[in-house]
Amino acid sequence: MSAILVVTEIQNNELKKASFEAVSQARRLADQLGHSVTALVTGADVQALAASLGEYGADNVLIAQDVKLENYNPDYYKAIVLEAVKSVSPEIVLFAATVQGRDLAPRVAAALQKSLASDCTGLDVVDGNLEIEHPLYAGKVFAKFSLDSDIKLLSLRPGVFEAETAAKQAVVNALDLPALESRITVKEINKTGGDKLDVTEADIIITGGRGVRSAENFKIIEELAQVLGAAVGATRAVVDSEWRSHDEQVGQTGKVVSPSLYIMCGASGSIQHWAGMAGSKCIVAVNKDPEAPIMKRADYSIVGDLFEVIPALTQEIKKIKG
Amino acid sequence: MKVIVCMKQVPDTEANIKIDSDNKSISEAGIKFIINPYSEYAVEEAIKLKEAGKAESVTAISWGPERVTEALKTAVAMGVDDVLLLKTDTSSVDTFSTAKILAEKIKSMEYDLIIMGKETIDDGSMQLGPMLGELLNIPCVTVVTKLDVDGEQVTAKREIEGGSETVETTTPCIITCQKGLNEPRYPSIRGVMMAKKKQITAEPVSYESENVSINNLSYPAARAEGKVVGEGADAVPELVRLLREEAKVL
Repeated sequence: MSAILVVTEIQNNELKKASFEAVSQARRLADQLGHSVTALVTGADVQALAASLGEYGADNVLIAQDVKLENYNPDYYKAIVLEAVKSVSPEIVLFAATVQGRDLAPRVAAALQKSLASDCTGLDVVDGNLEIEHPLYAGKVFAKFSLDSDIKLLSLRPGVFEAETAAKQAVVNALDLPALESRITVKEINKTGGDKLDVTEADIIITGGRGVRSAENFKIIEELAQVLGAAVGATRAVVDSEWRSHDEQVGQTGKVVSPSLYIMCGASGSIQHWAGMAGSKCIVAVNKDPEAPIMKRADYSIVGDLFEVIPALTQEIKKIKG
Repeated sequence: MKVIVCMKQVPDTEANIKIDSDNKSISEAGIKFIINPYSEYAVEEAIKLKEAGKAESVTAISWGPERVTEALKTAVAMGVDDVLLLKTDTSSVDTFSTAKILAEKIKSMEYDLIIMGKETIDDGSMQLGPMLGELLNIPCVTVVTKLDVDGEQVTAKREIEGGSETVETTTPCIITCQKGLNEPRYPSIRGVMMAKKKQITAEPVSYESENVSINNLSYPAARAEGKVVGEGADAVPELVRLLREEAKVL
């Protein structure tokens, strides 16, 4: 019996949803392959988080705890994962393809002299082998492929795999910490927008395009987002005009998102924008032009003026929520 | 300071991607190729360092088939001094294979700073910079939106979730570029003329036996046809009903 190692990630001292998704996927694979699941959690004060990983199916939890690990440093975190790999001897290592995961996973893979399958959108066991799927050309094409390696490293796209409880009484152990050395020093951290929900984590996204006409007008989008507990997204045109910040940009040169609901207004829906949100479960478009590309691709569309429709939508939701 | 830029040629973002008959590769017929947008930030940043008197030379390296010389010529037209093509007619979906080829070449070169895009828009793997850092045993700082170089001191602002951070490191090191770092220049007419005459050195390389094998390529599943719910604010109650009862997303 071999092991699947899941490298989890914390933010604001909580495990990220994408980490629970990865642990759940590891559990599903483990049950098919006859492996065990070990979750690694790294940070300054993470002991209390271990139990929740068991709830999502981890058989074992490895804690890497040190004040030096409070904030992400690529060399420290890489050393921790390599130590965990030494300790667990996994056949499969899963990361969440978050901003941090996409920086960390390739370092670990190359240090182990292995390939990495990143941003995977599908992962199945076919004839006892792992079949992996991930997008190419901004999602215009999907590739199914095999990874021939004694250690298979993969990062999973957030929002794609289901986080599913599978209660296990996880055995918690402390990882023997390796030397933590780095030639990179973090001098300053600036968190903008307080508790703003990131588009890559959001279950509902409201995106405004150039048709919103100004930064001030985005207020109506923010109001709708607030009643829905949604994140605000932006098109490239909006970000280039500096009405919204780049971290809200959805699209080929922005972020790829996988929400349950994507509401788009004031934008025609370019190929490049589509690349960022095609993975949305349900797409709603509001546009004055019934021929706009997004109107043809949306699941539901309203032909109309966003300055009338969006506030009306906010009112309707408020009414329902009571 | 000697700067190396690693850049890639990719299909244009507007390109209609068609899967080839073997089901494992894409057809290049009719595709317009461009310099990867994120690689352009790298080329621009390197040239800016040269213009600021901080870099004495900029060498751009790319990899792939003969057509990549076009992209390298554009880099020359923008202001890069030397270019090198690691020539191979096979393509790879395994970035580690590419990292190994680049590391092999770069190890034989003199450099202080390596700059590249944070990702290429063809495979979006985002692996090359960090992997190259491991293979060359030098620091790598990713998704950089602001770069300051002072002798051996490198200060970079990088994007993190929910904000940004400022990090420091020393050369030799790798920087991967994020959108917002700079505005890539258009090549001047003079630059284009000079680039036409430039001899592009090409060295043949081959990828090691692949650990990654493509089983098949497919197009995304077609979405079911959508419905127009109605016009204007009057359609809103019906939309909400559908989102709750039909789509079940509210």
